[in-house]
Amino acid sequence: MERSLRGRVAVIGVGETTYYKHGQSPDPEFKLALKAILAACEDAGISPKQVDGFASYSNDRSDPSRLAAALGIDDLRFANMQWGGGGGGGSGAIGNAAAAIATGMAECVVVFRALAQGQFGRFGQGPQRNVIAGDTAHTVPYGLMSAGQTFAMKVQRFMHDHGVEQSALRAISLASYHHAQNNPRAVMYGRPLTEEKYDSSRWIVEPFHLFDCCLENDGAAAMVLVSAERAAEVGHAPCYLLGAVSGSHHRAGASVHNAPDYATSAFKTVAPRLYDMAGVGPNDVDVLQSYENFTGGVLMSIVEHGFCEPDGCNEFFVKDNLIAPEGQLPTNTSGGNLAECYMHGLGLNIEAVRQVRGASTNQVADADVSMVISGPMVTPVSCCIFGSEATL
Amino acid sequence: MSYLNPGLPKPVPAPDGLDAPFWAAAAEGVLKLQRCNACGRWQWGPEWICHHCLSDDLAFVEVEPRGRIYSYERVWHPVHPALKDQGPYLIVLVEFPDHDNARIVGNLLGDPEQEVTIGAPVRAVFEHHPDDEPAHTLVHWEMESVRGA
Repeated sequence: MERSLRGRVAVIGVGETTYYKHGQSPDPEFKLALKAILAACEDAGISPKQVDGFASYSNDRSDPSRLAAALGIDDLRFANMQWGGGGGGGSGAIGNAAAAIATGMAECVVVFRALAQGQFGRFGQGPQRNVIAGDTAHTVPYGLMSAGQTFAMKVQRFMHDHGVEQSALRAISLASYHHAQNNPRAVMYGRPLTEEKYDSSRWIVEPFHLFDCCLENDGAAAMVLVSAERAAEVGHAPCYLLGAVSGSHHRAGASVHNAPDYATSAFKTVAPRLYDMAGVGPNDVDVLQSYENFTGGVLMSIVEHGFCEPDGCNEFFVKDNLIAPEGQLPTNTSGGNLAECYMHGLGLNIEAVRQVRGASTNQVADADVSMVISGPMVTPVSCCIFGSEATL
Repeated sequence: MSYLNPGLPKPVPAPDGLDAPFWAAAAEGVLKLQRCNACGRWQWGPEWICHHCLSDDLAFVEVEPRGRIYSYERVWHPVHPALKDQGPYLIVLVEFPDHDNARIVGNLLGDPEQEVTIGAPVRAVFEHHPDDEPAHTLVHWEMESVRGA
């Protein structure tokens, strides 16, 4: 048998809570997780008691045993965590869930992510203690301590190597905010962004302005996966998983910024494996959700997935190319992490499913091949491609 | 004098001792990186074995405290209370071309709004804090084009 996930598993339900600004959720994190899972099951038209597995990433705190107890599940068969922080594992968790279903380890797996920063503390802050030891002792005392500061160093070098101008980063932000204006779920709905507003916004860390940086939010997102055979029997037109892969290149995780190939989103070895499994190429992709921790990560990801040459960024990254429905590569059609919600990117996977269903608020016509790039630079990174029935 | 306002976490050797020789050397104004005694390959950050030949016979070896700027960033938004009134500051990633392109992180001394050129040669400036609790040393950088040290 061919060793591939292509077409063997489908997403039958997606669910999200209301998305809140960080610290503003009225519910604690575990309840948010439950609400998103219940919503996904309702969307799938199944009882939550049919769920027999959970997969998550980024050290999610909502423990599968406790979830199974809360939901009254009789037979928990799969409980999985993709290693790595941030959003690097979003599509990887979907791949893990799909692998469990394809191999008969589980029948119905929920992939989820829940975050309540008001309850557990914010991202983007440096450690406040007297001493520091280990890898970060070589960075933090120099004021290099946040994700933005860690990744700006890579993006600066990439922009230097390839003559990328600030306008390319700006276009990515403008596209996300453009899409959010049509998406009532988006935290930035009703708050459009202009070139002038971007240009005059404060620097966070060069080359990132305020609007190059993701939001910080509270909420939860979940999706329900079953085998392709079972998906054909339920609810929505199935959204099939064509491929999901994760990983990173040679010594990507070398400490103190020592990855030999440094100025990269870390997808150079990963993206070819995705296309190989999915049986498609970049020209087949109808719509893209590309994780924006920072716009520079989107830029390098899109290059490394073969949509644009590294030296062609200034021409490719213009707003009109990136917006639905007519853009060459409609990207982050929900508003994404910059303008919809920062749910460590699982919202991007849900938006990709919506595009295949024809249910996005920024729908691309005939979106049969719908791709997600998760957590650039946050190794191990991951990515996946969903497809409609027509792609099988 | 310190480049950044006081109050950031102070570096101490890892409890497992992995980078202790680096910090001990820095306190003496000496820059040391890790080199494999078996294959001669340099590496940084420190590891327990050589990533190339997998030998565990590793040494910390003094290098000339000169390198070139591989990348840099100018930070504006403070993410630590100690930096609230700091204003912009420069962080450089310094590469050692003669040592298998190992890199280390430090601050670039001088005007924080100066233009920074990737590839420019820099030399180390050791910022000692012998009276702090705990005592520690930071390794900063200045442009070779700046006269004197």
